[in-house]
Amino acid sequence: MSFYGVELGSRLLLGTSRYPSPAVLGEAIKASKAEVVTVSLRRESGSERAGQTFWSLVRALGVRVLPNTAGCHSVKEAVTTAHMARELFDTTWIKLEVIGESDTLQPDVFGLVEAARILSEDGFEVFPYTTEDLVVADRLVEAGCRVLMPWGAPIGSARGLNNVYGLKSLRAHFPDIPLVVDAGLGVPSHAAAAMELGYDAVLLNTAVAEAGDPVAMARAFALAVEAGRTAYLAQPLEPRDMAAPSTPVIGKAALGD
Amino acid sequence: MRIFVNDEVREVDAGTLAVALDAMGFGGRKIATAVNGRFVAATARPGTKLADGDRIEVVAPMQGG
Repeated sequence: MSFYGVELGSRLLLGTSRYPSPAVLGEAIKASKAEVVTVSLRRESGSERAGQTFWSLVRALGVRVLPNTAGCHSVKEAVTTAHMARELFDTTWIKLEVIGESDTLQPDVFGLVEAARILSEDGFEVFPYTTEDLVVADRLVEAGCRVLMPWGAPIGSARGLNNVYGLKSLRAHFPDIPLVVDAGLGVPSHAAAAMELGYDAVLLNTAVAEAGDPVAMARAFALAVEAGRTAYLAQPLEPRDMAAPSTPVIGKAALGD
Repeated sequence: MRIFVNDEVREVDAGTLAVALDAMGFGGRKIATAVNGRFVAATARPGTKLADGDRIEVVAPMQGG
C-alpha cells in the first residue's frame, strides 16, 4: 500500500492524542505497529516546552507524521495551518480537516474541496477528512487528492461504520484511490469490518488512547486490521437471506418414517 | 511597541519578528509563525517588520488525532 508514492507496511494509522502519559503513547504506537501517526500544532509560550518535548518523543519513535488541521472551521484557517504544519514537521502531507458542525464535527465538504484545491496546487499532498459522499469524493480527486479519508462515524463517537452501504459504494467507485476510514471507530471489530470492505487502511485515536489498557488495545487493533485485510483478499461470502446447508444432504441415511 | 502574541499583550522593542521571537524565549525552538493571520516562514522572519498592534501566532508540535 502506498500514499503519494510512499510504501507502507502497516495499514493502521494512529493518532497521538488523549493518552494517559507520553510513555503509554510510545508503547501504544509500538504495539500498533503503525508507521504513520497523526500530529497537530497548537500555541506555545516562550516559557513552556510541551511541544518540544512531544516532538522529541515522536522523533525517537521513528514514525512518519501526518499533521492535521484539526479545529479549523474555515478555508483560510485550514490553509494557513497547513503551511505552518509543512514547515514545522517538514512534510508535504496534510490531513485536511475543515469542520462544518460542532456537535458532530462533520466536515464542511464545500470548504474542504476549496482548501484541498488550494493546497494541492501549492504542492501539498492532501489527505482529506471527508464524508462518504461520492460526489464530494469526485470533487476532491479533481482537486488533486490521491487519498480519501471518509469518516466511519463522528470523531471520538466509537460508533463504528455508520453507513456501510455508502462506504462500499465509495470503494467500488474509486478502486484505484487509497481509501482510509478515519474517525468513529470504537472497537477492533469496526476496524476489521472496514478492512473487509476493501478499505486500504484505518485511522483511529480515541479508541486506543482512552481504552483501559491502550497498549493492549493498540495490539488488538493491529490484529483486527490484519485479519480484516486477509479476509478481504480471501474473498468473503456475500450474505444471503435463506439458509444453505453446509453439510451435504446427498447420501444422508434415510431414517425417517 | 505593543503586539499580541497568542492573544497575550506584549511590549517589545524589536523591529522584526525574528528578534521579537528571540527576546520572548522562542530562539532555537521548533515553532511556526503567522502574523495577522498570514503564515510567515522561518526564513522570512528576519525580514518581517512588526508594527504596533500586530497579532502574532506561535505554534509548536502537539498531540493530534
